[in-house]
Amino acid sequence: MEFDLPLFVENLLQSLVAGLLTGALYGLMCVGLSLIFGVMRVINFAQGDFMMLGMYAAYYAFGLLGAHALLGEAADPYLAALLAGPAVFVAGVAVHRFLVSRVTGMRGAALESEGHYAQLILTLGIALVLQNGGLFVFGSAPVSISTPLSSSAWDIGPLYGDMVEIFVNQGQTYAAIIAVVVVIAFVLLMGRSRLGKSLRAAADNPEAAVYMGIDVERAHRLAFGFGCAITAIGGGLLASGSPFQPYVGLEYVIIMYAGVVLGGLGSVSGAFFGGLTIGLVQQLSTLFLPIQLQNTAIFVVFLAIVLLRPQGLFGASLRRA
Amino acid sequence: MRSPGSVRRLGFIAAFALVYALVTAFAENSYYQLILTVVPVWAVMGLAWNLFSGYSGLVSFGHAAFFGLGAYFVALAQIEWNLSPWLGIPCAGIVGGLAGLIIGLPTFRLRGHYFALAMLAYPLALLYVFEWLGYQELALPMVREHAARYMQFADHRLYAWIALALAVATMLVADRIERSRFGKSLVAIKQDEAAAEAAGIRTLEWKLRAIVLSGAVAGIAGGFYAVVLLVVTPAAVFGMLVSAQALIVTMFGGVGTLWGPVLGAVVLVPLSELLQANLGNVVPGIQGVVYGIAIIAVILLAPEGVFWKFKDILDRRRAPAAHADIVTSAGTPQTDQRPPRPEPGPTLLDVRHVSKSFGGLQAIRDVSLQVRSGEILGIIGPNGAGKTTLFNLLNGFIRPDSGSILLDGREVSGRRPYALCASGIGRTFQVVKPFRRMTVLDNVIVGAYVRARSDEEAQTLAMTALEAVGLQHAIGKLAGVLTNRELRLLELARALAGNPRILLLDETLAGLGATEVEDVTQVVRRLADRGITIVIIEHTMQAMVRLVDRFVVLDGGAVLTDGTPAEVTRDPAVVDAYLGKRWRTASA
Repeated sequence: MEFDLPLFVENLLQSLVAGLLTGALYGLMCVGLSLIFGVMRVINFAQGDFMMLGMYAAYYAFGLLGAHALLGEAADPYLAALLAGPAVFVAGVAVHRFLVSRVTGMRGAALESEGHYAQLILTLGIALVLQNGGLFVFGSAPVSISTPLSSSAWDIGPLYGDMVEIFVNQGQTYAAIIAVVVVIAFVLLMGRSRLGKSLRAAADNPEAAVYMGIDVERAHRLAFGFGCAITAIGGGLLASGSPFQPYVGLEYVIIMYAGVVLGGLGSVSGAFFGGLTIGLVQQLSTLFLPIQLQNTAIFVVFLAIVLLRPQGLFGASLRRA
Repeated sequence: MRSPGSVRRLGFIAAFALVYALVTAFAENSYYQLILTVVPVWAVMGLAWNLFSGYSGLVSFGHAAFFGLGAYFVALAQIEWNLSPWLGIPCAGIVGGLAGLIIGLPTFRLRGHYFALAMLAYPLALLYVFEWLGYQELALPMVREHAARYMQFADHRLYAWIALALAVATMLVADRIERSRFGKSLVAIKQDEAAAEAAGIRTLEWKLRAIVLSGAVAGIAGGFYAVVLLVVTPAAVFGMLVSAQALIVTMFGGVGTLWGPVLGAVVLVPLSELLQANLGNVVPGIQGVVYGIAIIAVILLAPEGVFWKFKDILDRRRAPAAHADIVTSAGTPQTDQRPPRPEPGPTLLDVRHVSKSFGGLQAIRDVSLQVRSGEILGIIGPNGAGKTTLFNLLNGFIRPDSGSILLDGREVSGRRPYALCASGIGRTFQVVKPFRRMTVLDNVIVGAYVRARSDEEAQTLAMTALEAVGLQHAIGKLAGVLTNRELRLLELARALAGNPRILLLDETLAGLGATEVEDVTQVVRRLADRGITIVIIEHTMQAMVRLVDRFVVLDGGAVLTDGTPAEVTRDPAVVDAYLGKRWRTASA
């Protein structure tokens, strides 16, 4: 088979565009996960399922908005995705209040290995309940948010002497722009506001934060709620692109952790770029691998990242007696 | 050698097998027969998970990888090579074991959450690979003639009996492991990997053995499952629910005991299957919800599982009777007089100009000191003076940046902790971490493995060590019920069981009351009288003054001074820098 350079360039550019557009959404989701880990030092296994909740929240919000055509057919999906944020925030706060808080923070510190074991398994249980409960509540048939924009594209080209032409999906582009705006707004919130400062203080040194009069328990609850909400907005934006069902969260858990680990744990902006990179890896892998293996490529990249950074999640794993 | 305990344990397993086999014999309905077949399969999966994660404490979210590979191996081997599952299933065990080795080697570099997440990635990656290979749905071919040779039976109870036989075999293996060096080493790794390594355990080797064995058992379970269901799909054998189910039956029943997974499977599998069958149409996904709720409830209400919860309740009922026979070994009268101590021998451990810094912090700067054979050396200094860092250098947890450490004149700096333990450096830790669910004797046996060739020898060494510290009356107690004093003695015994020449004691007297301090001090002195060289760290000086032959005072990572207790307590530099003015006025 002869190597067709123009075709390869076209595919490469097309994958790059697709990678950047999905990567921006992954980046947004990673920011949510990173916030939870950064503030609470908790691995939330159910993060993908909160994203799934976000998708369904957006789906139903879109249905309601559609009836009133609030901002018009084109903008409603994005408004619906943003509305998923507050809805999942409430769910996240409730889950933290009644379940997660019992094995984290001060109470977690009293448990075996500071509660890490209990946290992993508790959030696994929450993930199972959300996935399978979702099957009952939302049904198993895949659904999607259809918008005229998701099937229209800008046509760039022809370039390179008529031989290269790429399409940029309009729906995905708006979604990516909204994702970036949400990330920037969140970074500003964390940096400037009193809330952001108290969250960062609670993350930095919970004990000292308590002495400074910060309610660490509340800070954790808000971080968990915001983390779930941000990921849910990412899910809501993703929902207008592709069909989804209640089990969709699982593979995104790996995608999100790959991004967060890549970006450096606990770093919010790092998490965004980590997620962006994972999106690029996923799309570029289709140049070399069959499309069914694009998630396998992510898992391999994820394994490579964690194996090449053996210092472990909790900073220096310097062995102390 | 059959002890009464082992007869009792095997009796329980036999009784369980008999009851289960009888129940199966009377199961007419083919649906119940299927449930009776699936319960032991998940018990075996739970046991496999428990063999690795339950004992070693490394949480695996990826046991579906082994299960799925086993299932696909059996199905493909019969389709492609006409291989009977009777042979295919044992081979699936080999496949699972190999997968364990291949996965374990790189992944053991990770710890904690990283390990758990990496383990999750393996089965999910395999799931997509098998879909891509075109194995979306593999059906085992039906065999008309000699069906039994291909494990195909008209009477479905036979499957349940085979499953039961697999479960019983796995339980027997687990029972052997639980009592052997293998199991105890894993448990020691779980309680504290650093402490285990300091006690002479080659941690990586044992973890690899555990994941290979666990992978093999899971591979067998998967292979058999393929035969039972006749159809293999990637989602059914590599899916999240497979890994989760293995973990959940174990966590629910009880971690670290062979009855845990069995109990969990017997309760949860029929429950979820029956709910799925009766309500599955109305409430799809109820199976997953049941497992999810079960695991949430267990974590919040009985974090160690139902088995241990019940055992605790039973033990508490029996406890009042047991309390009567607690004897304190502190019967010896206290004396203010120091008993005469022999002159110390030649230099055993020679620390020369050792420095160590962490990032910008110079934790140890140019420390030189000699430990002479047979002496009791006290190292004191305020918090942050570098005492524990010094110990970590001496027993190999960390390497010095510069300088050398000589044991018997030979350079030992940079050697691994288990190697240093084998050459005679034992240590205890500031924070005692015994395995609460192990008896006192088993805790100490773990420390004896570095010397012992056999389990019997380890037991003898452990008993000797326990007698030396005066804990022989408590050997059968679980470490979780010990008092603070007993825990300190337990740690001493564990370090002692490896027959060390030098014992490094890290704040052994911390957190003890006055009489307890006296008690533990006497034990330490007895050990010294037997010729063991002792180096002890404390940040309080009072208790040490009567115990040690010589002090080294550390401050800010450097040696401030050294000398006899009398000299050091009068040294104005020490008094000012470390003891403070209160001491000066109190002793004046």
